[in-house]
Amino acid sequence: MIAEFGLAALWLAAALSALQLALGWMALRPGGEALMPSVRPIALAQALLTALAFGALILCFARTDLSVALVVENSASAKPMMYKIAGTWGNHEGSMLLWVTILGLAGGAVAILERRLPERTLIATLAAQAAIALGFFAFLLFASNPFARLALPPLDGNGLNPLLQDPGLAFHPPTLYIGYVGLSVAFSFAVGALVTRDVGPAFARAMRPWVLGAWIFLTLGITAGSYWAYYELGWGGWWFWDPVENASLMPWLAATALLHSVTVLATRDGLRAWTVMLAVVAFSMSMIGTFLVRSGILTSVHAFAIDPKRGTFILGLLVVYIGGALALFALRVSTVKEGSQFDPVSREGALVANNLLLSAVLGIVFTGTLYPLFVEATTGEKLSVGHPYFDKTAGPLALLLVAIMVAGPLMRWRRDEIAAVVQRIALPVLVTAIALLALILFVPGIRVLPLLGLMLAIGVGAGSVAPLWKRNLRRTPLFTYGMVISHLGIAVALAGMACESAFTKETLVAAAPGAVEIVGPYQVKFAAIDPIAGPNWTAIEATLVATRPGRAAITLHPQARMFAQPPTETSETAIATLWDGQLYTVLGKDDESGRWQLRLWWKPFVTLIWAGGALVAIGGALALLGRLRRELFPRGRPTGFLAT
Amino acid sequence: MAGVKAKHQRLTLTLLAIVAVVGATLLAMSALKDQAAYFYTPGDVVKDGVPMGKAIRLGGMVVDHSIVHAPDGVTIDFKVTDGSDTVPVQFKGIVPDLFREKSGVVAEGRFVSSTLFLADTILAKHDENYMPPQMAGKMHESASLDTSAKTKALQ
Repeated sequence: MIAEFGLAALWLAAALSALQLALGWMALRPGGEALMPSVRPIALAQALLTALAFGALILCFARTDLSVALVVENSASAKPMMYKIAGTWGNHEGSMLLWVTILGLAGGAVAILERRLPERTLIATLAAQAAIALGFFAFLLFASNPFARLALPPLDGNGLNPLLQDPGLAFHPPTLYIGYVGLSVAFSFAVGALVTRDVGPAFARAMRPWVLGAWIFLTLGITAGSYWAYYELGWGGWWFWDPVENASLMPWLAATALLHSVTVLATRDGLRAWTVMLAVVAFSMSMIGTFLVRSGILTSVHAFAIDPKRGTFILGLLVVYIGGALALFALRVSTVKEGSQFDPVSREGALVANNLLLSAVLGIVFTGTLYPLFVEATTGEKLSVGHPYFDKTAGPLALLLVAIMVAGPLMRWRRDEIAAVVQRIALPVLVTAIALLALILFVPGIRVLPLLGLMLAIGVGAGSVAPLWKRNLRRTPLFTYGMVISHLGIAVALAGMACESAFTKETLVAAAPGAVEIVGPYQVKFAAIDPIAGPNWTAIEATLVATRPGRAAITLHPQARMFAQPPTETSETAIATLWDGQLYTVLGKDDESGRWQLRLWWKPFVTLIWAGGALVAIGGALALLGRLRRELFPRGRPTGFLAT
Repeated sequence: MAGVKAKHQRLTLTLLAIVAVVGATLLAMSALKDQAAYFYTPGDVVKDGVPMGKAIRLGGMVVDHSIVHAPDGVTIDFKVTDGSDTVPVQFKGIVPDLFREKSGVVAEGRFVSSTLFLADTILAKHDENYMPPQMAGKMHESASLDTSAKTKALQ
């Protein structure tokens, strides 16, 4: 019953999105003004129905309804409740329903909250949002029905992939999807403003909080995903340049560029056409990411060719939406007026450099991710693009981008003097130079990329707080603090990456209980090995006691787990987090003579990577809060070169 | 006058954007050219040769009865074949669960002598449909091919 209810809600929501599109279209035609008031409520109803359908699917999973095919394939009755619920989106159909639910909710939120846009532009925006929703509803209903029933329910389900049975599943995909799909609002705003020829600072100020909101979640989602891969895979790495990871990085790069260009448009009425273009590109990247992850093309181009239904469907949607938006852009770009002028040496100039570099990195990641698929599809030749490619190409550009980040916030809008800028960045540059000297003197043998990374991290750390220098800290707007903290977060993350890459110590041994191994500053005693059992798994668990002069002893329990449904072995890492790094331990296989493989890492300051990511998101949240407060309680605009 | 200047600035920015994107693509393509030579089969190795010390991926099948465990408990030696040619590989580390004889494997590493490939990383192939770069991605894809096949049988 619940499954049918969910399916009915989904069909109804799809019908409403078609109605929303049609009414929006007619309302914008001459004489259609009477229809305008009906569009907002329909968008809201569509959002609620989609959420209802998603709730119905969660209920099917929570109750392990074995008459629903999706539950049978991806769940089992003997599984902790948390993973039953999180398992709802741990599969293709469920995660696509989550995707569409967030799309619907984003449209509903715009319908309720957005009061600044002119009514015609808002109607066009909601119509665009409905057009996107309609396509993805069709995809769910015709190619990935999550509510399909089985005629003969089996006795139990197949279970959830043990790699996914982790608390990370509960929040990583939803966070990432809110970011991904939240960018649809920017896309719809851009389409709406192109339709009504209304691109200007007011449009940018209305769009900015939505972009900021999506970007915060995207940042959090990527950071959480990186940490999840780090502890769950047990390989000690935090980023693998895997296509699935790149699929989330590409929208982030575009959204970051958009966030900076929308500020230029809102504050200085510059970069009009470019901002609209970026809004289209950002969500296009989200859709391309969805295509990569959801079409099965990554698993194998070959498999995609055999069962192309889903992949072709998403590919069709991509062509229609991206092609349509770009065609509209080409038709209307001549009506977008030129923004105001600025000197190359100015805040705008630095933000243009930021945008160009981010676009270049995006182009590199895009090419590195899609070109191998293209080659394999056309010639059958397998091309393996891994970290050597990305390190060599995106690495230097990213470092350059970070360097510009120091100067940008210290420059005046419109026009600045080179001499004055040099004076302002003198301190961060001096700090950078001292850092370089200190690193070369005290850390001999450090490789070039970590050296540059650490040096820049220290310089940027100093530079990012420089905008607060000589300011009345109590009168500094919240969004300026937001920018400072986000930029500081980038420096912190960069420091973590450089430390991890330069100072990690690794020990790999086969050891019998009682043995003592050394890793970095730690002595690790292999104290015991015992069998243990969990709710739906059994495991072999090692007890490791790590000691270090002057510190309390740490006990770690890495495990090798065996799951019955589906039959799989996983290794559970045990990680001890200390203020100056992490001790990361993995239990491997036994060699059938009483010894066990142990892999121990000492990773100094590795946690800074994710702490930095969190800081970036916190900065975004502060900026969002500051913007909303400014709108609710408008005051005189601050003056001076730091006013944004 | 202002109008002329405005056109000028927009043109400059457009040109800059084009230069950035074209530059990035050229950089990407030139780096990809090196990457094209990143993946080798044992046949490629024997036919074309690989410079010693160059980081590559070596892909093939693990030869039956070729896995030898060294006394230190963490080093293994095995042979990778593509059916006609065979390359000996040494690896120090914890092998993936799916790593076994007569099964697909991709080893990342380098040749340390003309006859020995030293692997830093071993990626095991599940079946011929499984592509190793997606290892981290499997966290996002739970429905494996086996389970969907089972459900189809149930229907």
